Amino acid sequence: MSSLSQKLAAALIGALALTGIAAPVYAQSKPVEIMNVSYDIGRELFIKINEAFIPMWKQKTGQDVTISQSHAGTGAQARSILEGLPADVVTFNQVIDVQVLADRGKLIPADWQKRLPNASSPYYSLPAFLVRKGNPKNVKDWDDLARDDVKSVFPNPKTSGNARYTYLAAYAYGLDKFKGDHGKTQDFVKKFLSNVPVFDTGGRASTTTFVDRNIGDVLITFEAEVNAAKKEYGDKGFEIVIPSQSLLAEFPVSVIDKNVDRKGTRAVAEAYLNFLYTEEAQEIIASFANRVQNPKVLEKHKAEYPSLKLVTVEDVFGGWEKANKEHFADGGILDKVFVKR
Amino acid sequence: MGTNLFYLTLIVLLPITALILKTTDAGLARFWEVITSPRALASFEVTIGAALLATAFSSVYGLLMAWILTRYRFPGRALLDALMDIPFALPTAVAGIALTALFAGNGWFGQYLEPAGFKVAYTLTGVAVAMAFTSVPFVVRTVQPVIEELRLEVEESAATLGAWQWQTFRRIIYPAIFPAHLAGCTMAFARSLGEFGAVIFIAGNLPFETEISALLIFIRLEEYDYPAAAAIAVVLLAVAFFTLLTTNAIQSWRLKRVVKD
Repeated sequence: MSSLSQKLAAALIGALALTGIAAPVYAQSKPVEIMNVSYDIGRELFIKINEAFIPMWKQKTGQDVTISQSHAGTGAQARSILEGLPADVVTFNQVIDVQVLADRGKLIPADWQKRLPNASSPYYSLPAFLVRKGNPKNVKDWDDLARDDVKSVFPNPKTSGNARYTYLAAYAYGLDKFKGDHGKTQDFVKKFLSNVPVFDTGGRASTTTFVDRNIGDVLITFEAEVNAAKKEYGDKGFEIVIPSQSLLAEFPVSVIDKNVDRKGTRAVAEAYLNFLYTEEAQEIIASFANRVQNPKVLEKHKAEYPSLKLVTVEDVFGGWEKANKEHFADGGILDKVFVKR
Repeated sequence: MGTNLFYLTLIVLLPITALILKTTDAGLARFWEVITSPRALASFEVTIGAALLATAFSSVYGLLMAWILTRYRFPGRALLDALMDIPFALPTAVAGIALTALFAGNGWFGQYLEPAGFKVAYTLTGVAVAMAFTSVPFVVRTVQPVIEELRLEVEESAATLGAWQWQTFRRIIYPAIFPAHLAGCTMAFARSLGEFGAVIFIAGNLPFETEISALLIFIRLEEYDYPAAAAIAVVLLAVAFFTLLTTNAIQSWRLKRVVKD
């Protein structure tokens, strides 16, 4: 019943917009404010995106827009939105944390991923390695991380989306190496996890542990963060190692339908997300060492994207829902391999 | 009185009731399963063990600080007095990061401690250090006013009657301070049980080794397993409540004895 009336209302608004009756709303150009709720290490990127979007929107519609940014682990962010944080858009690094907004909160439709290109993921990244100057432990690939003499640093897969990709990437590598043998793969992943001296709760904290506390031989985090750390601490001579295989990490985005319809911000919120796919925005995104799809931008940054075998959660683990149930839920495979050494 | 009770209900009792109700969502069997799982038990051990260590330190150091601040006059005393409240004012995450920076292997303290065999950051000791940092003001601030109230004549009489300094302290001074000291230590302990921000940065968060219960609650929330998170929280709450209740009982028992004497 309510969904029917919602559809009717949407159709009515759509019809009004078509007939031009709603158009004067733009002309009045009442300032509008939207909130982008995002992942922990996306702050710098979205400051630049906002700087580009605001004048573009003003020129197009005459409307002033302010964009507030909120950055934290996306699990916590999703919970805040479920509990009432009035987010207009989410730009996350975890499909499941967006999905939960549909499953638990009914804030967005279940097929939200179909609304924008590339499964609503305007860019992607992958877990990559950062090693100390000269790569003294000669770390080349995932199996080096299961060696006794190599200590790796990455956040807690239970609290960090970033680390969930790292865990799944190692698992996928193991499945490949041991020809689908789950027992051997789990032994491998167990060894890999037991070589981690510190589990921080988020990606940035792990970077600090590796860089400032001087702990560990390898930092595993998104390629974008690996590049940022290398650049930021140029004097330390860190080196980037791209393993032979990794896992494609999507950065899904969505408008929060319930909130934008209530606040009347749908037009600007949708434009904001569409903007992420434009050449201008893709160039900004690529400059933060994220991988993009736009062919022109891709061509320009080709040298910065070493090629490797990229597998997806869909291919190897049968989708996020299944991976979540089998690996990350309480009592799942992660709990079995993530134990006392 | 009515207003007070209203506020107490609104901001203390209501959330606690909600918390306890949340655990019943999944039933008693599930509650028991959650709180007796090996990982939860290990986290209770880590949390309570480190909180006891921290409280032991705070009880001695806090008492000493309170004594120095009330009984001695020296340049910078007012500044030191104000500094005692810093752990209350500082965001705990900042405290955690600062302590980690100091005690990590390449930090100011860590670079000397680790070669000598004392590893602090990413161990249980580190957890206790963070807890002590955030809870020591409870001891200082509860004991301080009581020491200020102590009448010097009593100590002087004790001295003229031939008591040694140690005897004066043990027989005259400490019994007067004891209820406040106990209350301060209890609050410090209760606070340590729940400390999250300062601890997670220095703990290393290894399951079964340095994973505190508050982090396990956080992990269960990440899994959207609200009843399990509430179950672990209820155990922490029960420990804190039991401790407060016991110390209250000890205090009233002592008070009765003093009155009778």
